[in-house]
Amino acid sequence: MKLVLAIIRRERLEAVQESLRDVLDEADNYRLTVDTVEGHGAQRGEPEFFRGQPILPQLVQKTRIMIAVNDPYVERAVQAIVDGARTDGGGEVGDGKIFVIPLDDVVRIRTGERGSGAI
Amino acid sequence: MTQPSIDAGSTAWMLMSSAMVLLMVPGLALFYGGMVRRKNVLSTMMHSFVAMAVIGVQWVLIGYCLAFGPGRFVGFDPAYLGLSGIDHTTMLGDKGVPELVFVMFQGKFAIITPALISGALAERISLRAYIAFILLWSTLIYCPLAHWVWASDGWLYQMGVLDFAGGTVVHVAAGVSALVVALFLGPRRELRQGGAFAMTPNNLALTLTGAGLLWFGWFGFNAGSAVAVQSPVAGPIAGLAFTTTQVAAAAAGLAWMLVERWHHGKATSLGLASGIVAGLVAITPAAGHVHPSSALIIGGLASVVCYGAVQMKGHLGFDDTLDAFGVHGVGGALGALLTGVFCFTPVAGLVAGDFTQLGKQAIGVLVAVVFSGIGTAILALLVDKTLGLRVSEQFERDGLDISIHGERGYHLEQA
Repeated sequence: MKLVLAIIRRERLEAVQESLRDVLDEADNYRLTVDTVEGHGAQRGEPEFFRGQPILPQLVQKTRIMIAVNDPYVERAVQAIVDGARTDGGGEVGDGKIFVIPLDDVVRIRTGERGSGAI
Repeated sequence: MTQPSIDAGSTAWMLMSSAMVLLMVPGLALFYGGMVRRKNVLSTMMHSFVAMAVIGVQWVLIGYCLAFGPGRFVGFDPAYLGLSGIDHTTMLGDKGVPELVFVMFQGKFAIITPALISGALAERISLRAYIAFILLWSTLIYCPLAHWVWASDGWLYQMGVLDFAGGTVVHVAAGVSALVVALFLGPRRELRQGGAFAMTPNNLALTLTGAGLLWFGWFGFNAGSAVAVQSPVAGPIAGLAFTTTQVAAAAAGLAWMLVERWHHGKATSLGLASGIVAGLVAITPAAGHVHPSSALIIGGLASVVCYGAVQMKGHLGFDDTLDAFGVHGVGGALGALLTGVFCFTPVAGLVAGDFTQLGKQAIGVLVAVVFSGIGTAILALLVDKTLGLRVSEQFERDGLDISIHGERGYHLEQA
């Protein structure tokens, strides 16, 4: 099992949801946690103006998605996120990152069920 | 002695106007509060609210006495201290309005004027220094200046300087003083450290809301100021001032958007809000003296000139955080001078070929600039040497809300 964390552009969330829905089996998968985060990588904030004065915010708002995946689905989940999040025409700085992390266990709180079946 | 009878319409309008001017103070708190960073939203709004508490007390104890008591250079009458000698039936001259209503109307002006200054001091001034400063400033600078310009025995009033609702007394005085204190304080730490300007406003939706409240309240500010020139107050001059206020604000809002669109390609919400306020500031001294068509020009020019003034600060190196000088100082001076150009009542100005009034207006502006500038420098130095104007580096970095007030403005993501 892997935990897939992806930081993407806010406006690409729906595209990522659609491509994940296409590749992930309803039985395995498709549950998603989303939150709004701030940070920066190579990309800085979007330029704004304050009474004619340019402002360059140091942090930019991004959307972070978290999804737990069984091993056979990891590659296609990652590829689906890339497909959905990459800016059309070959990608741009600021499209985001995906982190794939080993996942020790999963517990479904309602039943106490554990492991890959609980994903 | 027989009291003149009450004019119900005028009294009702003055009561309403007084409440509307007070509403401008929370409006200003929102206008300023939205522009600062998230960590300073409460401290910035507090600067306006604190003025209601501090000057609200000072005004009845001594402020009204100094501003509107008898005297040529400063007013004083022991009967006005604590309003002790003003009975609720005492009438204001021949205006048909109880004097207490006038005391309250003028008291709201006294409250909002030092609050305007706070825009230049935001994000780095200590609370107790701010309170000490506005108390001294209102008592020693605002009250004498208001007396000179508005009291019937004031020397600028007798000279014939026109300041319908406070272009010099309120806006030039506050704007120039804001610049002086900002120079004493120095720039915020991020600006001192150099680098790109990266300080984002926490919530411009608050700023727009505040601009809307200011616009509404300004009808009381300007149309209520007919009390000084006409009896009954609720008459044609009030209607004129009401109209020019609306016209100038609209023209200025439109002009700011156009200038901004031309300058960097975008018409911003903060720009529209700023233009509205610039227009309201500039029409303030002229409101009951000019035609609505002149108000269009005054409003439009105000935005062009104030936009330019705001761009200057980056080049000149002072940190007028929220442009109290750029909008109020510059807009107020422009409006006071243009009053001498466009006025038609009670005297004719430059458009009728008479330079006399423009000269008087220039004297009024000059007196306000020099008196408030020098006076503020002395007070700022005094407060800095005794209490210290500026918070510590650590307080400033962490934000004034948590450091000074022990609160945060936003907990939206917590249960």
